[in-house]
Amino acid sequence: MGTHNPDGPSRVSRRSFVGYVIGSATLIAAADLGLAPTAAHAAPIPSAPQVPEVYDLNDFLTHCAAPTSNLIAIEVDDKGHAHFALPRMEVGQGITTAVSMLIADELDLPVDHVHVTLAPARPELLFNQLTGGSNTIISMYTPVRVAAAIARKALLEAAAIMLGGTVAQLVAKSGVISAPDGTSVTYGEAAAKAAKPTTEKVEVELKRTSEHGVVGKPHRRVDARDAITGKKKFAMDLDIPGALPTMVCRAPELNGTPDEIRNKAEVEKMPGVTHVAIIPTGVAVRAKTFGQCIDAVRALDVTWNSGTVTTMSADDVRAELKAGQIPLAVPKVGAASVDGEFTFHFRSGSALEPNCAVADVRDDSATIWGGLKSPIDAQGRVAKAVGLSQDKVTVNVVQGGGSFGRKLFSDAAVEAAHASKAFGVPVKLMWHRADEPRQGRVHPMAVSQIRATVLAGSVLTFEQRHASVACDFTHGLGERLTAEVAALPTGLSNLSFSESIFLLTQELPYNFGVITQLLNEPKPAVDRFNTSSVRNIYSPDVATASELMVDQLAKKLKQDPVTFRRKYLKSDVVKRVLDRAAELGDWGRTMPAGTAQGIAIHKEYKGATAVLVEIDCRPETVNRKVRDAVTGPRVTKAVVVADVGLVVNPAGVKAQMMGGFSDGMCQALTYSNHLVDGHFLEASWDNSAYTRQWNTPFEFECEVIESHGDQPGGVGEAGVAASMAAVACAYARATGEMPTEFPINFREPLHFEPKSFIPSVPESPTDGLAYTF
Amino acid sequence: MPSHTFQLNGETVTVDVENDVRILWVLRDILGVTGPKYGCGINVCKACTSHINGKAFNPCSVRVADIGADDEITTIEGLADTAPGDGLHPMQEAWLEHDVAQCGYCQPGQIMTAVALVNKVREEGRAITEADLDTIRNVCRCGTYSRIREAIKTGQEAMARGL
Repeated sequence: MGTHNPDGPSRVSRRSFVGYVIGSATLIAAADLGLAPTAAHAAPIPSAPQVPEVYDLNDFLTHCAAPTSNLIAIEVDDKGHAHFALPRMEVGQGITTAVSMLIADELDLPVDHVHVTLAPARPELLFNQLTGGSNTIISMYTPVRVAAAIARKALLEAAAIMLGGTVAQLVAKSGVISAPDGTSVTYGEAAAKAAKPTTEKVEVELKRTSEHGVVGKPHRRVDARDAITGKKKFAMDLDIPGALPTMVCRAPELNGTPDEIRNKAEVEKMPGVTHVAIIPTGVAVRAKTFGQCIDAVRALDVTWNSGTVTTMSADDVRAELKAGQIPLAVPKVGAASVDGEFTFHFRSGSALEPNCAVADVRDDSATIWGGLKSPIDAQGRVAKAVGLSQDKVTVNVVQGGGSFGRKLFSDAAVEAAHASKAFGVPVKLMWHRADEPRQGRVHPMAVSQIRATVLAGSVLTFEQRHASVACDFTHGLGERLTAEVAALPTGLSNLSFSESIFLLTQELPYNFGVITQLLNEPKPAVDRFNTSSVRNIYSPDVATASELMVDQLAKKLKQDPVTFRRKYLKSDVVKRVLDRAAELGDWGRTMPAGTAQGIAIHKEYKGATAVLVEIDCRPETVNRKVRDAVTGPRVTKAVVVADVGLVVNPAGVKAQMMGGFSDGMCQALTYSNHLVDGHFLEASWDNSAYTRQWNTPFEFECEVIESHGDQPGGVGEAGVAASMAAVACAYARATGEMPTEFPINFREPLHFEPKSFIPSVPESPTDGLAYTF
Repeated sequence: MPSHTFQLNGETVTVDVENDVRILWVLRDILGVTGPKYGCGINVCKACTSHINGKAFNPCSVRVADIGADDEITTIEGLADTAPGDGLHPMQEAWLEHDVAQCGYCQPGQIMTAVALVNKVREEGRAITEADLDTIRNVCRCGTYSRIREAIKTGQEAMARGL
């Protein structure tokens, strides 16, 4: 998979590609984004393959990009520095660093002479400006290198004229081009000469992997220094003239809407407050400081309309999911059947940076600044919200403080646009933390049912039925699918979008006879809950359920979990990561009662991960006390082994695996949203038990193994599924009881007193000086 | 409107703002000092962690009226100036060495906490333990916790050497 289509329009020979030098006063080298690898013509696989083995979500995303004939361009300035506006969003996943490395290598420039910024919404890119599915490097790998190679070639040709002689005699290194006689010109000097008055088509060859000097070696993030000195700017740090702080007072029920403000005039008189107005999702207030916005939100007296899930609680959703589950095909056959049913609760997809956006809406135009992974979709939604045509809306993409799938949606940008229009002035709109778990996007709740049949020492069938609350994919992926229906493998085009995503991502890489994994969403309306494809949408839950069952099958066949997996795995890529994790983690070592190892695998994103953990479930550990915190079982050690295809930045890959592990672990043990009577109880980080230092393993090791793949895979989400599954498996082995509800502490008494729903946000304390250290 | 004077990153600043506005908003919305981040507003996530008179505190939970003209507030922007030499603070160097940051949103607060924690433990005449690291409350939603632990150990050694 992932090889170049030899018949493609831009393809000349094995390593030659066509691009352009754009007519301009400066050197601008461009490549077609359609140069991304085409969806695979994979070799047939014996035994009936599941869909992702021959065509996965990344093939789909890449395929979507192929028909667009739109250019990305690298500009070389008179200092010899390269500039590239990446049509993707950096949210911490390291793509600006990886892309800088790719350009530096191909262009023979130091990485710090490459400047990667984020492109504003470019509607002409159609489907090709969405950051999701861990697809950025997969889809950018070739086009970015082609543009850089074209810039390099143009610089060499200009230098040949300047220095005399031929291109073949010249050597480019670190931004300087040298001739055999010792004379040289810098890229900056050559850049002006290399500029072309009209656009010209150029053919180039790309460097071989073995010629890479930067790619493949660990590289520090390009924004590391800005991040640790406070210079890195997020949307709320921008100084946009007149854009004063703005917050929204929200309904007590999920998705409740405002009816009437009873005390508007009083709130408008509060210190610092400049504007108060109803917008579709609540009451917006604008003030001199966010602190005064909080005070105003708390003072507002609003009558509210009901929400979308009035009176519903988690168990009602669970009953709904169970009732709507697709039946298993294989009947229960006495002792031969192994059955399991698993519940996965809602969890917030919020990043640490809350939803926020700056908006300046005028009569005839609107400008937005925000961390937006689907900027074209945001542009359309903002245009609709304020009654402008899409071309009158400028969407500037700002680096985000995390995303995890959350920033695929432009909720804050749309609210900011509404508020700016209502007030007639620019706004800097930010969600209060309390709004995030309560009204923000959540990972949809799901129930996963599994039945496997074992006979005569073999696994004959493995069926998984995953029933989920509908996941909202209306951020632009939906239109891709509609447009690309014809390109999908037979049978996919008739399914709903969610079902297609599920089939494109889920793969159980075992020889378990007849395998089926099916998703359904019993209530398909996506506007009941605010969901999103929170970091690796279906895989963590599906893998946790299936890997727990794999351990059950091993137990039934009286085999060690690693031996069993090795025997039944059909993918060598997965076997390699499993073996290495078992070796690095000293699988099978003797451990005290109440503690145990667990291991799990996952195959996705053109690669595979294996995670081994050790967990301590002894009472003295589980019951350790930390103020306002959830402790519980402690994962003491974690080993992650990943094959992610061709590695651009090993340091970045390891960072993503560590983050994926932090997500997976807390989703297994502690992190959820409790739905009670139509609203979520959690309202801050002392309620939502995301991983904290007191939950962090004492030892964490990640190894990125050398891959057989020649194309980069996706890494942003790849670490979550096997991590969650491994922690669940370890917990089952330590306690002797297989968990069936996640997180495992969901039914325990709440560790917090729920904060008020009216007012919708808590007051900031004033006793901070009592906690100094 | 009341006037408030305090020391910020080595300079005397005066702001005209209501008494009960929390210092985080005085820093961010009035003075334009955006290193301290908002993550909860209730002294839970610790993204705004800064120093007051050399000790870690959370400006989201302190009223501007509750600090005096001589109180010295240090944000991440001023941290390097509290260490010897012209470069970064040794804890910031340690952060670079371990390439800790991902999205970077929590990292100013993490570093300010780390420096205060190392100083506190040193005043107690001992070195950082795993149990000390477990007391850090700063949330990192990117999950960089393990690298933070390693960087603090490196930063502690550099601080002890007076770098």
